[in-house]
Amino acid sequence: MAGRAQPVNPTPGIGAATLIAVLILGTLAAVALRADSASGFGPADWSALRFTLVQAVLSAIFSAGLAVPVARALARRRFRGRAVLIALLGAPFILPVIVAIIGLLQVFGRAGWISDVLAVFGLPPIRIYGLHGVVLAHVFFNLPLATRLILQGWQEIPSERFRLAAQLGCNGWAMFRLIEMPMLARILPGVLAVVFAICLTSFAVALTLGGGPRATTIELAIYQAFTYDFNLGRAALLSGVQLVLTATAALAALRFSRGDGFGAGLDRSIRRWDEGTRAFDAFWISAAAVFLLLPLTSVVISGLSGVFEISVLVYRAALISVLVAAASTVVLLLLALPMAMTVATGRYGIVELCGILGLAASPLVIGTGLFILIRPLANPTVLALPVTALVNAVMALPFALRILVPSTREVVAQYGRLALSLDMSRWSFVTRILLPRLRPQIGFAAGLAAALSTGDLGVIALFADAQIATLPLQIYRLMGAYQMEAAAGGALLLLALSMGAFWLLDRGGRWHAEA
Amino acid sequence: MKHLLIAAGILSATSAIAADKPQLTVFTYDSFVSDWGPGPQVKEAFEAVCDCELNLVGVEDGAALLSRIRLEGENSDADVVLGLDTNLIAAAKETGLFAPSSVSAEYTLPVEWNDDVFAPYDWGYFAFVHNADAAAPANFRELADGDTKIIIQDPRSSTPGLGLLLWVKAAYGDEAPEIWAGLADNIVTVTKGWSEAYGLFLEGEADMVLSYTTSPAYHLIAEEDASKAAAAFDEGHYMQVEVAGKLAGTNQPELADQFLQFMVSDAFQQIIPTTNWMYPAVTPAAGLPEGFDTLTVPEKSLLLDSDQAAAVRDEALAEWLGALSQ
Repeated sequence: MAGRAQPVNPTPGIGAATLIAVLILGTLAAVALRADSASGFGPADWSALRFTLVQAVLSAIFSAGLAVPVARALARRRFRGRAVLIALLGAPFILPVIVAIIGLLQVFGRAGWISDVLAVFGLPPIRIYGLHGVVLAHVFFNLPLATRLILQGWQEIPSERFRLAAQLGCNGWAMFRLIEMPMLARILPGVLAVVFAICLTSFAVALTLGGGPRATTIELAIYQAFTYDFNLGRAALLSGVQLVLTATAALAALRFSRGDGFGAGLDRSIRRWDEGTRAFDAFWISAAAVFLLLPLTSVVISGLSGVFEISVLVYRAALISVLVAAASTVVLLLLALPMAMTVATGRYGIVELCGILGLAASPLVIGTGLFILIRPLANPTVLALPVTALVNAVMALPFALRILVPSTREVVAQYGRLALSLDMSRWSFVTRILLPRLRPQIGFAAGLAAALSTGDLGVIALFADAQIATLPLQIYRLMGAYQMEAAAGGALLLLALSMGAFWLLDRGGRWHAEA
Repeated sequence: MKHLLIAAGILSATSAIAADKPQLTVFTYDSFVSDWGPGPQVKEAFEAVCDCELNLVGVEDGAALLSRIRLEGENSDADVVLGLDTNLIAAAKETGLFAPSSVSAEYTLPVEWNDDVFAPYDWGYFAFVHNADAAAPANFRELADGDTKIIIQDPRSSTPGLGLLLWVKAAYGDEAPEIWAGLADNIVTVTKGWSEAYGLFLEGEADMVLSYTTSPAYHLIAEEDASKAAAAFDEGHYMQVEVAGKLAGTNQPELADQFLQFMVSDAFQQIIPTTNWMYPAVTPAAGLPEGFDTLTVPEKSLLLDSDQAAAVRDEALAEWLGALSQ
């Protein structure tokens, strides 16, 4: 191998990245090749593109921007219930879209809780529908994720740096400028890119909160191309546009997020000497908690009234969902860990780019493409569950990489040369040094993947038959059959399962550390 | 271990018997095959008479169902497609994938039915559902002039949404854009599908929601709740007629014909009202279930035939987008 010797083998990661690229570009090509005619970009597509970009940019800026003070407050304070709050932060992200929409509007809608309170004072209900509503909903989904990613950045600053800064008499602002700003400069671009990519493929949320066809996104246009027009060429073209936009954002993020790390520490637990203003941190923590927990509370309250209507069919679907989530988590780790190692060697930025494409790809295009590819070989319905597990893993990959890459890079940079000088085998380096040190990140990534997979409808709707249903699909079916209360009960069960899986894996990774 | 062997033996024996039987594959929409839909009962009833195995495969909704058939093309796994509606018939026929069928029945539809390819199995009227204790407007103009808030579905992603588009077009023709402009400030929001809209309505987010005249029957029969009603509009109500057809490429043509004929018989039709919550295409001998007699019955039925619907669809969508994107 040319170049500098590396403590980890980049080849498996390159293989995993190639697999992802083949899956995403291959399915897109499969759809494009089935198209009868080429298709151009009409005026309606341009306006959809414009709206999609505007809302995704605003959503990314607000989610990441608001997440900074929240994460900083959480990083500086220790209080009772902090661990529970951080775990609950994962919840909005994993709710099925339809459940989250109804939960959000129960709080922020015309007849929502806030409007009820306003009515007491003789004020008109809040007007939630419009671009601001779309951004609010996307912040609800993504603020928690952004907070967790940024918080992790804070936790990865070795405690010795804070100690040294305190000894040198750094006050709050100097501490922020010298230690925290460089960390944010490294972490934020990636967070912005991930949230941007998620919001780029928004459809039902954008339409409903946007209040009508003004809020038409590219994803809606793709759906329309598939079902209303059956114009596969247009679907493939629009999906290609999504991919290009996401790739551009990801490349920009990679470019801007360069910067040196903080060096190795002795893994002491972090202690801060810059107390700062308590009220400031308290404000951000409670504001975020109220904003995120109110809609969740409404989901829980609705769910409690339907909890006795959860039938055995729903429990069976829940079991299937848990199995799919478990498989999906394993697949995710098998893809993400080698890819993170490859990226950590510093010479394969393209691998990181492949990883983020999973977010950009329209699930409808991946699903249809897989269907076209699988059908000549096997009955797609029989493969519904494995395909769902695989696609869920690919969708979770960008998050996993954002979680794993910074720490992997750090470990390789700090311990790589020592390992090489000791003539340590790559296998020993990975199993003895890298994986043990990545344990919290692996736990977090696995927890997120399991929770996402449990909650996501994924591609199952394209493949399912009567006998196989995951929990999200079963919830949709209940709603379609007027059984809103039973569906709400199912949603509560889903929330509990997802949170349980997340808690278990995330805790498992951090059992020795304080959160 | 011995038990396991016996179990395995029994299992393989039953699957061997099942494999000997002819298989009929019916593609339909997802809510048909769900445990709360007609699917499970239909499967049982048909298998009791056909000496075959009925495989029901669910695909999202009617429009996605047609896309799937187009995607699979001439060597589709499906023998029968059940769940298209009149608005999709023209596009379905254009594919050339469907074969004429010999189904005959005394349909109890409010309109004449003479399509040689597709046979109807149920139908309903689109309507705005509201709380029975609240006053409802008597037509679209009154709705547009008042401040009643409604939630509708997007015609690009939802069957009822498209139905509403054609409803306004069928009732008002060239005046449709004017009606939509008037309705713009009544529309709270537009949803991707029926479930979001109906769920939000039940949470009180709007006064009325686009659904069917048969929706109150669900609340009345399944929940013993008489609090929902459908508003009767005096310009008439647009109909949805749901149909099924046989694929030309089927390798089970006789069985497919048998299924379609079974579909319009009492055994199938009596399952429909309380599982699909629609009117059966042929009223069963036993009549409609109790509660259906309380439903709003429009004085006038509106329905564009499949060619007309296909012809005006894109124009109506452009008008809708124009009026609501202001």
